[in-house]
Amino acid sequence: MNAKQNWDLIIKPKASWHKLHLGEIMRYKDLLFLFVKRDFVALYKQTILGPLWFFLQPIITAITFTVIFGNLAHIPTDGVPQVLFYLSGITLWNYFSDTLTKTSDTFTANANIFGKVYFPRMIVPLSVVFSNLLKMGVQFFLFILVWVYYLMRSDQIHPNSVLLLVPFLIILMGLLGLAFGVIISSLTTKYRDLKFLVVFGVQLLMYASPIVYPLSMVPQKYKWIILANPTTSIIETFKYAFLGVGEFNWMHLAYSLVFTIIFLIIGLIIFNKVERSFMDSV
Amino acid sequence: MQEVVLKIEDLSKVYRLGELGTGTISHDLNRWWYKIRGKQDPYLKLADVNDRSKAGGSDYVWSLKDINFEVKKGEVLGIIGKNGAGKSTLLKILSQITSPTTGEVKIKGRIAALLEVGTGFHQDLTGRENIFLNGAILGMTKEEIVDKLDEIIEFSGIAKYIDTPVKRYSSGMMVRLGFAVAAHLEPEILIVDEVLAVGDQEFQDKCIGKMKSVSNSGRTVLFVSHNLSAVQNLCSTCMYLKHGQIQEIGSTSKVIESYLSENKNVQLTGEIPADFYRQYTNGEAYFRKIVIKDSDENIIDKLAFNQPFKVALELEAIKDLKNVMININVGTTLGQPVLYAVDKKGPVYVGRDLNKGKHTIEAKFNTRLLPGNYSFTIGISYLANGSTIDWVENVYFISVDKVGYAKEGNYPWDDVHGYIEPDTNWNYN
Repeated sequence: MNAKQNWDLIIKPKASWHKLHLGEIMRYKDLLFLFVKRDFVALYKQTILGPLWFFLQPIITAITFTVIFGNLAHIPTDGVPQVLFYLSGITLWNYFSDTLTKTSDTFTANANIFGKVYFPRMIVPLSVVFSNLLKMGVQFFLFILVWVYYLMRSDQIHPNSVLLLVPFLIILMGLLGLAFGVIISSLTTKYRDLKFLVVFGVQLLMYASPIVYPLSMVPQKYKWIILANPTTSIIETFKYAFLGVGEFNWMHLAYSLVFTIIFLIIGLIIFNKVERSFMDSV
Repeated sequence: MQEVVLKIEDLSKVYRLGELGTGTISHDLNRWWYKIRGKQDPYLKLADVNDRSKAGGSDYVWSLKDINFEVKKGEVLGIIGKNGAGKSTLLKILSQITSPTTGEVKIKGRIAALLEVGTGFHQDLTGRENIFLNGAILGMTKEEIVDKLDEIIEFSGIAKYIDTPVKRYSSGMMVRLGFAVAAHLEPEILIVDEVLAVGDQEFQDKCIGKMKSVSNSGRTVLFVSHNLSAVQNLCSTCMYLKHGQIQEIGSTSKVIESYLSENKNVQLTGEIPADFYRQYTNGEAYFRKIVIKDSDENIIDKLAFNQPFKVALELEAIKDLKNVMININVGTTLGQPVLYAVDKKGPVYVGRDLNKGKHTIEAKFNTRLLPGNYSFTIGISYLANGSTIDWVENVYFISVDKVGYAKEGNYPWDDVHGYIEPDTNWNYN
């Protein structure tokens, strides 16, 4: 026997933080695809309205916002038809918040499977990003329908070349949700308190994002608070591209990008560390 | 010499006992403070040996300690040991579900662990869709599954229901489907944990057959089980884990023998030592003694065929117990249950009140055990809800001879079918 053997796998106590097993995730891409399919197909099984819920959720929310924030509270919408204004924010926001809340219980919700079989744990949150992207695609289509309708009926809407950035904005929003989600999911394995904070926190964060109000309405003094929220510039750019209102600022967008990258890296590192030991503390 | 495909070096695992919650943040901070000063984790030093029967002084326990062994290609290694000996922890480390505290595992080739069948089945998806999902979770690619789909459906024996959502399946069908997928995994090293404990006899035979063919094809199998006859049947070598350490490793029959003889020292005195492994106990009462006697009050461990016997127990109640019931379970030495005896008056189960202190209890058996080796397990529980107070497994052994008792006849045949000879009346017309 050779003194030096070639081992295919060595299990050690500590994971090296820089090894994120990206190659391994590629090997399990079929599983990723099946998880996405499962989530998407199983979501509305045994419901009467089925996939119609994909449309109903944003529409009902947009109508509610129109009644409460538009008609009762008289919050301006930069001169854009109210329903369209709210719908644009909601479509993008839902992708972020759904991804965040669903990935944030990765470990606790899947403890059953994780306790029995090994596969790269990152597959699960990634599948959430993709299945929510599909859902977002459906809702985005709805938004486009409404947008085209208003585009033909009124001249308050001014789409422009920033539209080219839209795919990038959507990806950024998904990754941001993923970044927050994996950090929270890693921490909740030990400190369950965070679980209560998530739903509540996401709701609060929504009010700190320009969804029910335009950024232009925020007093200059407090604007930095809203801008510190990394979703703000993404949503504002999205609205600017489609509606021609709001602010478009490369610096703000760069801030969101850098923020996302940093948090995503932190998230991956923590997640990678926790996935090796969480079965002992879950 | 065969190639080594699995090598385990100085493997240990520490678990924290008790509730997580208060104290963990301070422990975490303390651990972190030691770490940045380059010192060893302060909590590791405190850990006790994994012995559940003793209440350790520390919150940390070594579930596995200093495990070293190698497995060669094509070897089928059985792993036995009592509950809590560290078998599951070892499997979890090997299958990468949890990581070791110290030491290394080196693996050559693909490794797949079967700790449960049907992991990740989704209730709303059909059997066919679940084959793909479960297969992918176990590490198969889509092409592999497509290639073997027909074989898998055939093996499961539920082809008729394959396009029905699995929530309409019986639990037996679910297990069949799950095992069918797992059986078609083709890793170089397969780890199997007790999945054979489920399903009917026909299905179990099918599973054993499949595992045999896996090992015959030159792949390596690690098989963890309480079912000693299955281990005997399948494994060339066997490892006996005790308190998280390797007690013995070697040829299967030798290791099983020494595993069983561990308990036999109770027999010499009848005393059940304080550190005797208890399957479960809530601390309200402890069995202190067990002996089996013949009708002349002699302590025996051998019975003649048809000989009546008595089981004499000594129980120490730590507090007053109300409405409790003692049960005596007889099983084969390979773990197959044979009979379950409880206190009964006519058709009614009787609960007794026991005062704090020592009690001696005798149960007289008129059962005709057929020749063979039997093991006794004793338990005490509340009659009302069945919750266990103390449960001591495999604490006494007897063998039943073929020579008949007193004037009764001998058992005439070589083969013994079954365990008990019932009272029957025969009529010929």
